[in-house]
Amino acid sequence: MARAVSTRRKIGFTIAAWAVGLAIFFPILWTILTSFKTEAEAISSPPSFLFFDWTLENYTTVQERSNYFRHFWNSVVISLGSTLLGLLIAIPAAWSMAFVPGKRTKDVLMWMLSTKMLPPVGVLIPIYLIFRDVGLLDTKTGLVIVLTLINLPIIVWMLYTYFKEIPGEILEAARMDGASLRNEIIHVLTPMAVPGIASTLLLNVILAWNEAFWTLNLTAAKSAPLTAFIASYSSPEGLFYAKLSAASTMAIAPILILGWFSQKQLVRGLTFGAVK
Amino acid sequence: MTQTTRALLGATALCGLAAAAQAETLTIATVNNGDMIRMQGLASDFTDQHPDIELEWVTLEENVLRQRVTTDIATRGGQYDVMTIGTYEVPIWAQQGWLVALDDLPEEYDVDDLLPSIREGLSVDGSLYAVPFYGESSMVMYRTDLAEAAGVEFPEAPTWDFIKEAAAAMTDKENEVYGICMRGKAGWGENTAFITSMANSYGARWFDENWMPQFDSEAWQTAFSDYLMLQNEYGAPGAANNGFNENLALFQQGKCGMWIDATVAASFVTNPDDSTVADSVGFALAPDNGLGKRGNWLWAWSLGIPAGTDAEDAAKTFVAWATSKEYAELVAENEGWANVPPGTRTSLYENPAYLDAASFAEMTLESIKAADPKNPTVDPVPYTGIQFVAIPEFQGIGTAVGQQFAAALAGQKSAEEALQAAQDLTMQEMQAAGYIQ
Repeated sequence: MARAVSTRRKIGFTIAAWAVGLAIFFPILWTILTSFKTEAEAISSPPSFLFFDWTLENYTTVQERSNYFRHFWNSVVISLGSTLLGLLIAIPAAWSMAFVPGKRTKDVLMWMLSTKMLPPVGVLIPIYLIFRDVGLLDTKTGLVIVLTLINLPIIVWMLYTYFKEIPGEILEAARMDGASLRNEIIHVLTPMAVPGIASTLLLNVILAWNEAFWTLNLTAAKSAPLTAFIASYSSPEGLFYAKLSAASTMAIAPILILGWFSQKQLVRGLTFGAVK
Repeated sequence: MTQTTRALLGATALCGLAAAAQAETLTIATVNNGDMIRMQGLASDFTDQHPDIELEWVTLEENVLRQRVTTDIATRGGQYDVMTIGTYEVPIWAQQGWLVALDDLPEEYDVDDLLPSIREGLSVDGSLYAVPFYGESSMVMYRTDLAEAAGVEFPEAPTWDFIKEAAAAMTDKENEVYGICMRGKAGWGENTAFITSMANSYGARWFDENWMPQFDSEAWQTAFSDYLMLQNEYGAPGAANNGFNENLALFQQGKCGMWIDATVAASFVTNPDDSTVADSVGFALAPDNGLGKRGNWLWAWSLGIPAGTDAEDAAKTFVAWATSKEYAELVAENEGWANVPPGTRTSLYENPAYLDAASFAEMTLESIKAADPKNPTVDPVPYTGIQFVAIPEFQGIGTAVGQQFAAALAGQKSAEEALQAAQDLTMQEMQAAGYIQ
């Protein structure tokens, strides 16, 4: 009897999990399907789900109109660059907070997190002026710097949480064996925290890839990433939903594929230390 | 002089020559709409004529573009050499000294050929600060087949009373046909633009001559009550979420008896590739109430040059090309006369080939002519602009007021409460901005 209830609950949870998963994925699926419709079919009512004349016309138009690969390359450089620079700064910072905490460490962590609570538009003009004066407007370097700074609190927090799970005794033993601080971080701490660092890296790449406020406001023609590519297909006067969907699909495809292939790593890292 | 010094000097001279020979690059910020995209496709004609000028395009959604170019021009960021701006920005930016005056365009440009109301909207103190790429007003688009079936005969210049009768006669909710579709989505460029234009024809105005908000006037009460009645009785369900694109989709699918909106929509609804009702669309002027003002607006997407650009001459050459008569002929040659950017030049409306190709041409011209941005209301006002008030604070106030209008349409508050809230918030903002002491 108990087994029957347990099986029934398991089936129920499985169905519920699939329903939630599909509900979350549905907007993406709808965007992908719309990208294969004509503009007239994209707005038809009632909408057709699968039975319509599939066309690649929107992808052809988008390819002809825009330099997709330039935007793609800018996205790759900006998201990877800001993530690697962020990790370089955050690993030592998280190490010090996790293993040699001071009286104010918790306050510092909270203060770092509080910077995420400020609406970005509140600092747009000062940052824009600084970028203008130092010649960083519409440069990939400028975006790498600003995205690093924006995502740094999250990286530090995530790494701090992972590092806290690593027994301090192991690092002490390394020190007893004569390891320098640099060796301790690179050869002892980092290999043990690989799942956490990997998931932080992946999550930060995704966040930087999707970041739209700064990438739209600080770029023009040269360093605009895929967010600007999508924005160029949105129109308040004219129905271009199918083309917009094609552009969106092309923009999210790389990160979707990356997320798909690294989901095990991502989940492992995100649940690292969740159950003791 | 040593050989090394000579070599260095030679190299420097070569570098200088190379730099001089390099093409000048113009960065152009623009919106995503059919006419602008067409211009990008035809831009090779310009670069062939001017091999020393290269063009870089930054295409953005309207609101993003507005935020982006405003930030850049206000901080003198210098990222753009040509900006696509509207009739709202031009007078404000020109007064700030942010735009280059375009009074020295070549004679063959024929600046006198620009439609007077459009030229007026882009000028400050007699100087032109942007050149129009395409212009639009608003008008009534209606289904001729539904009108005939309902026994309604549309005049060229209907009144609001006629619109109410026609909407009632054409509504068939069982078959999902709604007598009238109008903007309801909140935003200064969405419902606020529509309702402001409608209210102008009822004798309402945003401010009196001392900048005192006027939402508590009887004219506003009547105009807004009529708007709500039309939307609630004969409009599409969920109208509070419908903007230009949503109504365009409804009209193209045959679900609107009438649609009052931008004249630029005429080419969309009569295009058989996208519209199921392309062969049964008629046009009429925006309605009035016999007070001398029609409920139509005026807008022109225009090309302006930010002051301080280091490519001013090249930018002038480009904007003159993009808005010239020759460009219109180039579009006609490649894409047909119906696709020529409308609403900017008198000569276009004297061209029989264009009039033949565009059934909506005459009504578009009449609508634009009927709009007067310098005298938009029945009673005098201290501002210019028909569907907007050309002051920097308007974007924020207009959107907040639009949210009140949308709340009333959604049934969250009454018409009186929405107008009172609009009055209070406008008063507060105008006091904070120093217009009212």
